Amino acid sequence: MLSRIVRTVSNQLIVFVLIFGLYLIMHGHDSPGGGFQGGAVVASGVAMLLVAFGSGEIIQWLHVRRLTVVACIGALVFIAIAFAGTGTTFFYNFLLGTPIFGGVPPPGPGHGHVWSGGIIPLMEIAIGFIVMAGLSAVVLAMARFSGGKEIEE
Amino acid sequence: MDYLVTHSPALIVALPLLAAFAIPLISRLGPRVRAVLCLAVLGLVAALVAILAVDVHAVGIRLYTFGATAPEMALPGGYMVPVRIMFEVDGMSIFMGIVITTVAVASLIYSLQFLNGQTGQARFYSLMMLLYVGMMGLAFTGDMFNMFVFLEIASIAGTGLAAYRTNMADAVEGGFKYIVISAVSALMVLLAIGILYAQYNVLSIAALAHYMQYTTLDMMALGLLAGAFVMKLAGVPLHMWAPDTYTVAPAGTTPMILAASYTSMYALYRITFTLYGGHIDTAAIGWIVIIVGVLSMFVGVMMAVHQTDIKRMMAYHAISQGGYMLLGVGVGLAVIADPVALANYGRDAMNGGIFHIINHVFYKAMLFMTAEAIFFRVGTRDTNKMGGLARNMKWTAIFYAIGALAISGIPPFNGFASKLLIYQTVLSFNPVLSVIAMFVSLVTLASFAKVFYSAFTGPEMPGYKEVREVPKSMLIGMGILAACIILFGIFPGLIVDTIVAPATEALINQAPYINAVMGAAP
Repeated sequence: MLSRIVRTVSNQLIVFVLIFGLYLIMHGHDSPGGGFQGGAVVASGVAMLLVAFGSGEIIQWLHVRRLTVVACIGALVFIAIAFAGTGTTFFYNFLLGTPIFGGVPPPGPGHGHVWSGGIIPLMEIAIGFIVMAGLSAVVLAMARFSGGKEIEE
Repeated sequence: MDYLVTHSPALIVALPLLAAFAIPLISRLGPRVRAVLCLAVLGLVAALVAILAVDVHAVGIRLYTFGATAPEMALPGGYMVPVRIMFEVDGMSIFMGIVITTVAVASLIYSLQFLNGQTGQARFYSLMMLLYVGMMGLAFTGDMFNMFVFLEIASIAGTGLAAYRTNMADAVEGGFKYIVISAVSALMVLLAIGILYAQYNVLSIAALAHYMQYTTLDMMALGLLAGAFVMKLAGVPLHMWAPDTYTVAPAGTTPMILAASYTSMYALYRITFTLYGGHIDTAAIGWIVIIVGVLSMFVGVMMAVHQTDIKRMMAYHAISQGGYMLLGVGVGLAVIADPVALANYGRDAMNGGIFHIINHVFYKAMLFMTAEAIFFRVGTRDTNKMGGLARNMKWTAIFYAIGALAISGIPPFNGFASKLLIYQTVLSFNPVLSVIAMFVSLVTLASFAKVFYSAFTGPEMPGYKEVREVPKSMLIGMGILAACIILFGIFPGLIVDTIVAPATEALINQAPYINAVMGAAP
């Protein structure tokens, strides 16, 4: 555990790290960023908390086992979306040009249209969950091993 | 049915991928449910591979473009170059698919009871499926960057499996060596892909082959790719990792990692024959392949003779047998520009080299399984500490004997068929090479006979009175491969005609592979 200053700052900063990571995930398809980058940013937030508060406290409320479940579900959603297009081809973008949440968004980058990429934003979100949970689990596992404890099964 | 044929290339890779991520969740319902899921998925995929194999044999190359409006549409209207990722399955790809799938099914069945009582089984099966996905993707892909991605998937999954027994220090070391050579070779592949992409602005193998200029940069890319894949297939002098990794990997996965090595060999052939075909100096490159092959053969077997660790001995033999495959295909490559020599012996030499892949993967996978069966019951891999095991482990001894005879090229087992093809054709090319190949086979027989005598025959050892035969699922796993070995040995002509000859044809003649994608280009 680091000093009170570091802990207070990282307590405030984690909100912005999470928002930035989620923003990158949401807008991965029409601006720089994406599921992997956003997920990595969120996981870096977990790493920051680990450094600031020490592994003992974080491990009590963030379990590797639960993170594995989240990562697996993310991967399953990703593949399921790819499977949903097999009427045409695997990975076929069957949502492009169809109304999602109201009107039909124009394809490509545009102001105020988050869902302009068909299935791509949904896949980016799934990837975001995989990377978020997966990298956080890696960071946690490293913290545990460096503490000399065995990973929970 | 039509739907299955059309989508089989994608489904073969996607279903195990789905299973790989479902397994950690399904495992909570108990090991039985997980076993059923694994078997069901691999069984279904094996059926799909069979359907696809029949289709490729009858119709020819099957193209699958991801995300396109139709799977065959490689070039969207008006485009000069393919923009989408695609799978392109020709004779050689489906040949590798058959090899990998058979070994994966046998390994999975073998592992079911082999792993009883071990921790981390969910991860084991998950990684096994991922390794399968990586290998199949590598065999099917028609895109350079995709090839790199699948190579990485296979490498990382293979590392996790090699280091599965983390309670043993040597397992971690073997896994570490595997990830190091995998990472180095993957980076070399990535650099080569970068070089190619910078020049031609395409990543599709067919399009790259179509536009290939064979500049100095392309030569560098070829060197990087060939070096990387020779390292991954454990060819001498880049073989140092193989004994360590093969030795420590648990039995269900050693055959899979072995198959991954030969999938890299497939990638090497795909690069040399399809991507650079028609441009390279085939005689020179052919001789390089032959020299690597002969070195692997000779050094591998010489290192194997004096090993006392049974799996380590087999691992060195795997290096040595890899040399036969390179020798056969190398001879074919060296004479590919000469139609007379190609028809006389070159094509048959390549048939022999490629046929040896499937034969070797089958018998060596089974031998690794028997070695691990001994380890499972006796708890040692040291042949000096074994003895009289045939009394209690009858089936294991029989399977070992079949494997040992097959690897030494004794009829009527499959090793004989492919080795005879290689001896005969290489004799017409260069008699000295043929003599070396036969000599290596003799030494192979000697070293396997030695281990058979020290492990299975002799008086009953007092410590091993209670040793029993291994559980049923392990016997079934070995039995599947033994049946294939005997079948292939009895009907080699049938196998060569149906699956090996189309693979050879696909390598020799690169035009159909390119035309399948670039044929419609304006």
